[in-house]
This record gives sequence, structure tokens and C-alpha cells, in this order.
Amino acid sequence: MTMSKILVVAEQRRGELRPVSLELIAAAQALGGSVTVAIVGAHVDAFVPALSVAGVDEIITVPSPFAEFNPEVQQAAVSALIDRVQPGVVLLAHTVDTLAYAAALASAGNYGFATDVFKAEYDAGELVATRGGYSQKVNVEVDFPGKAVVVLTFRAAVFKPAEGSASPAVSSLALPAVATTSTPGDYIELSSGNDIDITTSEFILSVGRGVGEEANIQQFRELADLAGATLCCSRPIADSGWLPKSRQVGQSGKVASSCGLYLALGISGAIQHLAGMKHVSTIVAVNTDPEASIFSVAKYGIVGDIFEIGEALREQLA
Amino acid sequence: MKILVAVKQVAALDEDFEIRADGLDVEEDFLLFDLNEWDDYSLEEAMKIKEASSSEVEVVVVSVGPERVDESLRKCLAKGADRAIRVWDDAVEGSDPVVIGKLLTAVIKKEAPDLVFAGVQSSDHAYAATGISIAGQLGWPHAAVVNALEYTPGANKAGLKRELEGGVSQAVDIQCPAVLTIQLGINTPRYASLRGIKQAAAKPIDLLGLADLGIAADSVGAGASLSRVRRMYIPPKGRAEMIEGSAQEQAARLAEIIREFKGA
Repeated sequence: MTMSKILVVAEQRRGELRPVSLELIAAAQALGGSVTVAIVGAHVDAFVPALSVAGVDEIITVPSPFAEFNPEVQQAAVSALIDRVQPGVVLLAHTVDTLAYAAALASAGNYGFATDVFKAEYDAGELVATRGGYSQKVNVEVDFPGKAVVVLTFRAAVFKPAEGSASPAVSSLALPAVATTSTPGDYIELSSGNDIDITTSEFILSVGRGVGEEANIQQFRELADLAGATLCCSRPIADSGWLPKSRQVGQSGKVASSCGLYLALGISGAIQHLAGMKHVSTIVAVNTDPEASIFSVAKYGIVGDIFEIGEALREQLA
Repeated sequence: MKILVAVKQVAALDEDFEIRADGLDVEEDFLLFDLNEWDDYSLEEAMKIKEASSSEVEVVVVSVGPERVDESLRKCLAKGADRAIRVWDDAVEGSDPVVIGKLLTAVIKKEAPDLVFAGVQSSDHAYAATGISIAGQLGWPHAAVVNALEYTPGANKAGLKRELEGGVSQAVDIQCPAVLTIQLGINTPRYASLRGIKQAAAKPIDLLGLADLGIAADSVGAGASLSRVRRMYIPPKGRAEMIEGSAQEQAARLAEIIREFKGA
């Protein structure tokens, strides 16, 4: 396989283009080859201007009577797009929507397939994708011998969104007939209720599994108050009900979008958590495991016990 | 009524580990095996339906893997699953999630369950592909990243919520039988009771080979997979500047960082 056509499948939800779509275009540009961007949904024409960024050669819209995501519709549409475009590489975003159809698409088409890929490049004409293994402690390079089409689900926030404008050719493709077996309903927003909206917090003290048990939360609440920080957490703490879900930082929680200083205490740094905080300019991580992946995004690291460091910090700040 | 729960024995790395001489995986001596965290939640969801039902509900756990996987299946039996199936043949070694899905699909065709649960992903390689690959191969209704489920045994549809990004969920009605990938936090998984552990010893773990499933040896393994591992390596270390010294010295530096930030 040599550099070939790349089909990028953009995502929309509730009438909005999902920003990861422009990151995928940037990933396609970095890989090299002609770039066709496709979008499926009702009122798809509305997305054409936003997708007409530099490096896009062609846009194909797939108008659909289904306004919101349905896995069977999306699979049928992308399968038809692959037949039409004949791409060597198909870039999907590694998102919740993609998780609902990509593996079925790849199985049915017998396409090359790798998920949560954060790097793709050609080596001597062969496509090589890199993903994480063993809780992101190793990198794994995979290739796709004999596959004319390779579907990659690409990780968000690896590439900056593509910019600049272009005038790509625009056409549309009819959605094939598809029988749907599920019906999307209402969206349910996570409400912070009377609690603080953590997306506005500039200084966050966040606790993870290392906190051990619910009774230990209180001392970190007091430490956060003393330091003037907002107390937040990683997923396991919210799932256990020790802190409200609205204080969870990460992919399925909130993004610490106003944060400038993030203290990660006893957080190992799962990729889903990093998605909510790795952009923060000053991250300080405290963890007993020197290999914890949180240290790969932190500016400062302390290998140590969060209770001991927490107590010493309390004395410093008191 | 039957619920089939597909589970995986995952591997975590020991503190000091080494990559195998062929460069394709970690030396097995450095792997610590356990049941995938997500699978605790999918099994619990099946047990909740079983226990709330007035009619009989059978919970069957299925895994693809070598003999060591029995220990994880035994854990599921101790938590209340009725029986377990393990699928293995040496030719399966090196299979990707889609090939694993092919084997599980064959089991599902034999078992004809009303619902299939799989974890959203596994904690080791996080492919997030096996469950939906099964749905595709079966041609069944499917939903991914389910964080709430309402289902009455015997019903021809279920109500669920799928967890989207950014704290948003979406309600979905789905026809059954269906394949659902279950997200962390959908319930509070139980621990196995002492009684459960004793009972598990008497429950069956059936071993199925390729011939039992009507699958040829050349349609499993690395050669039949949709990707091939070329190289595994330890990524370069991150950029964190480590703060050394006693806990007091480390905390003093941390306090300084906080003051600098607040003064800025």
C-alpha cells in the first residue's frame, strides 16, 4: 500500500459539528494523500462551510432522515462511502458514537482495523498505526498486511484542529436502505445542581483511586478549601458516589477548561481522565507508582504517598 | 430467558517488566491476570435482572482464553453466574478482537440468549471492539457504552441510556435480542460471598474447541486478524520534572507552586 485516498468521517450531534472532526482532517493531512470528508445526518449541507478547511479535496454529504446518530444508519452510510470513494484509509474519531459501529463495519467489510490510534504513518509504503497497550504503559505498532482498506479510530486531542479555508468539490451520496432496530431519544444533561460548575475553576485539586476509601475524602476537601482549590475527582471516585458526578474530570465527565493549576493526587492517569485535563498548563501529580502515566502529562511530579504529602502541604498552607 | 455475558481475563504489568525477545509482547512472567474491570459491571447487570425476575433467568459467562482463564470464570460463578463456557485452541493465540468476536458469535448462536452483555473495553488493551464486532457478525441490534438499562425478561425491547462525552447521556429504545456494551458505574458490582465461592466450585465450566464451534483453524489467530502487531515498545518517559526530597521538602515546593500560581 502506498499513500492513497483518505476518507475522513466527520461527526455531528444535535446539529453541531463535533470539533474532533477537524482534528481528524489534520491527522489525514499529516498522513498524506487526497482527503475526502464525509458527513451523515439531517441538514448536512449546513456543515459544508465548517468542513471546507485547508487540505480537504472533496466533501461528500449523506443526507439522512435520521437526525441523530444511529449505529445501523452510520454503518450503512460509511460502508457505501467506502464503496464509492475506494479509500486506502478511513479515519473515524475514537468516540462513543464510533464505538457503536466501527467494529461491526470492519468485521463486515473484512477491512484492516485498529482502534484508539494516536499515530499513523507509512513505513516503506506500508501503513503503520500506533496505539497503547497494557493501560498505556507500552506502545504497540500494528500493520495490516493484504488489506486494501484500513479503518482507524483515531484518538481525540492528538492533532490540533485543521484551519484555513479551501474550496473542495461537494457532492452527495444517497443513504442506502437500512432497517433500524433502535430509536434514539432525549439527551440527558448532567446537572451540577447547586454545586460549582468545575469547567469555570482555575485551580483544581483532584483525587483518584489512591484516596482509598470514602472517609478519606474529607481531609482532601479541607485541603482544597485551605488551598483555595476546587475539589474534583477521577471516574472511580464518582462511580463510587464519594463525590458527585458533576465533579468528575474526564471524557465522560467535565473538561477542566478554565484550569491553570491541576493537582492530581492518587490519579494514575487513564486516557479518559487525561482527556479532561492534559491541556492544563501546570499539572502536579502525586502518585506512589513512579510508572503512572499521569507523570507523562504532568509538569511536576512527586513519587509519594498522597496522605503524607497532603498533611505536609496542609502544614505549609496553614 | 438467558443472558450471556462475554468476559475477558486481562493482564496488568508488573512494576518491572520486559518486552519479549521477539519484540511483539511483554514476557508472560511479568503479567498479572485478573477479570476485566468492566466485566464486573456487565455481570452485575445480568445478576440484577436475574434477581428481579419472577421467571427463571439463566446467566452464562463466556470467555476465550487458555486454562488460566478458568480462575476468572470461577470468580464470575462465585458472584452468581449459573455456568461458564471457555473457548480455546492453541490456534487462537494472537487473535484480534474481531476474531475473538467470531468465536463468541459461534457460542451465542449455539446458546441463543435473549441478551448479550460485554464490557465497553478491556483495561489492558482497550480495543473497545469485541462486543460490537459480535453484534455485527450476528446482525443483532446493538448499543455501546450503556450506563443505564431497563429490561423485563421476555420483553421484545429494552430502554437504555448510552453515556456520551461531556457528562451527557442519551435515552435509546432498542429491540431484543440485543448486544449491549456495558459501562463502568452502571451499578455497584458485588463481591463474591463465601457461600458463592463454595457454590462456584460445583458449577460447570464447559470447554469448547474450534471443532465444537465449526470454525476452521485458519480462520482464527494472528493470520485471520484485521491487524498484526509489528512491534511493542516502552514509550519515552514523560516530561514531568520530579520534585525530590523529604515529604516536607516536596510539600514546601508544592506550596510554592500554588502561591506562584495564585500570585500570577
